[in-house]
Amino acid sequence: MPMRFTWFNLMPWPYLPEDFRQTYRSVWVDLPNRLYDPVKGHALYHEYMDQLEYADELGFDGIGVNEHHQNGYGLMPSPNIIAATLARRTARAAICVIGNSIALYNPPIRVAEEFAMLDVISGGRLVAGFPVGTPMDTNFCYGQIPALTRDKYAEAHELIMRAWAEEEPFAFDGKYNQLRWVNCWPKPIQKPHPPIYIPGGGSVETYDFCLEHDYNYSYLSFYGYLAAQALMDAYWERVAQSGKDESPHRAAFAQVIAVADTDADAERLYKEHILYFYNRCLHVAAAFLDPPGYRTINTIKASSLQRLRRQSASEVPEATWQQLLDGGMVIAGSPETVRQRMEELIKTLHVGHVFCLLHTGNQPDDKTRHNTRLFATEVIPKLRHLWPEWDNDDRWWIHPLESPRTGSPPHPNGQVAEPTPVERA
Amino acid sequence: MNARTLQTRRGMHVRVMEAGRNEAQPLVFLHGVLGLLNDDTFLNALAERYHVFAPELPGYGESSGEELLEDMLDFTLHGWDVVDALGLRQPVLVGHSLGGMIAAEMACIAPAAIEKLVLVDPFGLWLDEHPIPDLFSFLPFEFGDVLFHNRLRAAELLVGATDVAEPDALRQFFIDNARRLGTAGKILFPIPNRRVSKRLYRLTAETLIVWGEDDKLIPSVYAAHWAKLIARARVECVKAAGHMLPYEQPQVLAALM
Repeated sequence: MPMRFTWFNLMPWPYLPEDFRQTYRSVWVDLPNRLYDPVKGHALYHEYMDQLEYADELGFDGIGVNEHHQNGYGLMPSPNIIAATLARRTARAAICVIGNSIALYNPPIRVAEEFAMLDVISGGRLVAGFPVGTPMDTNFCYGQIPALTRDKYAEAHELIMRAWAEEEPFAFDGKYNQLRWVNCWPKPIQKPHPPIYIPGGGSVETYDFCLEHDYNYSYLSFYGYLAAQALMDAYWERVAQSGKDESPHRAAFAQVIAVADTDADAERLYKEHILYFYNRCLHVAAAFLDPPGYRTINTIKASSLQRLRRQSASEVPEATWQQLLDGGMVIAGSPETVRQRMEELIKTLHVGHVFCLLHTGNQPDDKTRHNTRLFATEVIPKLRHLWPEWDNDDRWWIHPLESPRTGSPPHPNGQVAEPTPVERA
Repeated sequence: MNARTLQTRRGMHVRVMEAGRNEAQPLVFLHGVLGLLNDDTFLNALAERYHVFAPELPGYGESSGEELLEDMLDFTLHGWDVVDALGLRQPVLVGHSLGGMIAAEMACIAPAAIEKLVLVDPFGLWLDEHPIPDLFSFLPFEFGDVLFHNRLRAAELLVGATDVAEPDALRQFFIDNARRLGTAGKILFPIPNRRVSKRLYRLTAETLIVWGEDDKLIPSVYAAHWAKLIARARVECVKAAGHMLPYEQPQVLAALM
């Protein structure tokens, strides 16, 4: 399978005030919802969904959505609702839901059902993501007990996979879910199941979980490919130890990308919007990053604790454009500059799939489309075959119907278009 | 104080501090949400009149087996497993903070098995008008600010949780907290209410409820609510003390018992 590129939108709230960092302690969990204006939100959802459909038209392999709660950083508490509209209005791109935080659904059979619905509506185009979820979402917003979150996640995973696999009703006597009758209607088109992606943050347990089940490991960081090197090296080392092949399609990475005609244009067009994202959308209170019990003691021992000091809690310095570029957090510039750095990213991290963040922060629609178009037409074609020996490896990609159906187009005069009859035989 | 480690029938390894005369009335002290701090004044004061046992909950200090504790009933039965392993009959049961919540549950499940119940700034009830701060979103320095009346006592006892502390001490505090609050979170997160209120009618023993007047974590209005739900309850409020009352006014508290 050639290199894959998914157009990903976090759906941030673009109206956070100028003095946001000084006025509010966190963009997540306790940000008062008086900052949300549903009338502006109406237009915004449609703009964001239009952009995802535009990416499909331009030939992106996937269009991606994810789940977050109670924040101004990503306005998709239910990514499945967005994915459902995309499934109706597109016919080609994979619908990448990265994903549903399966420990939050009660019972998680709900995820098995909704993902099956999406796979059926889209004609077998669903990529199913199963994140553990951030502590902000999982513990502080949705009240899951930190020390039990991973155990509950593991049980939810087992239940969903069995629900998809079994063809007869079964009983499930779990610790967190007791169901006398599990019987998933509908079930997915893709067999044995849609491709499964696990967004991870670098714990050995997650590497092993992906390898054990042959799932894709996705590192969805906003800190860029240079900072990700050590973590991805550790993942590939684990892959080698496990005796599995080193197909780059086992892994995916997320990257903020900004393409313009020249390097100078990229800074002029995108800088303020990208800085908005890093300085406002990622302004999360340290208090919500690490509830006791969420991470293992070993992971904590390896981490920096500077942010826990009284002084530093409120004084994290603002990111600058040059820092973002130098650190590889943002890949920005002319198509050729971006191509070079993307090639470096793909080669050094050894990934076969990139989640492209081409809408960032409060970037307006015209700039987003400009960025998206240039990346699709000038950059992607030159990156397709960086892993020629794995060009036929489709183990972590969708297997759709040959000609999936979409929604009938709405008639301009409000009349209903003549539908194609569904065979009943 | 003497320390020893016992094994419960379920397989937990529990370190127990012990002081006082063998023939004195046995008393079991269940520690608070931050565990046994490095100051035995309160337990030693009690040991003048009682045979004192202070077990560390698994997840705290040197006790282990916390992965077996998952819900309130596990914590409650573990408490009785420790009493059984110590071979005690009719102890006075004293619980502070997290330990108060566990002690109250233990008393509900076996009301005739205790001589007397003492709850010191316990968790376990929730009043919408008086929400308890979210302990699980505290940065280290906030534990000192919120749990103590006296900041200097906080600095002495919570080494690492103050800004002047060495980075290594901060790291150790944070790691210890991840373990102990990770364990406590199973009964305190996200709302520290596992519905003991509907079981308190079962209590028959004399019950003393003591509160630090300046408890900024669980405000002292909760004392009256406990008293309303327990038949033979008496309330005492101690001045110049916060949530960490046993460490801030140890002699006053011991005298009340």
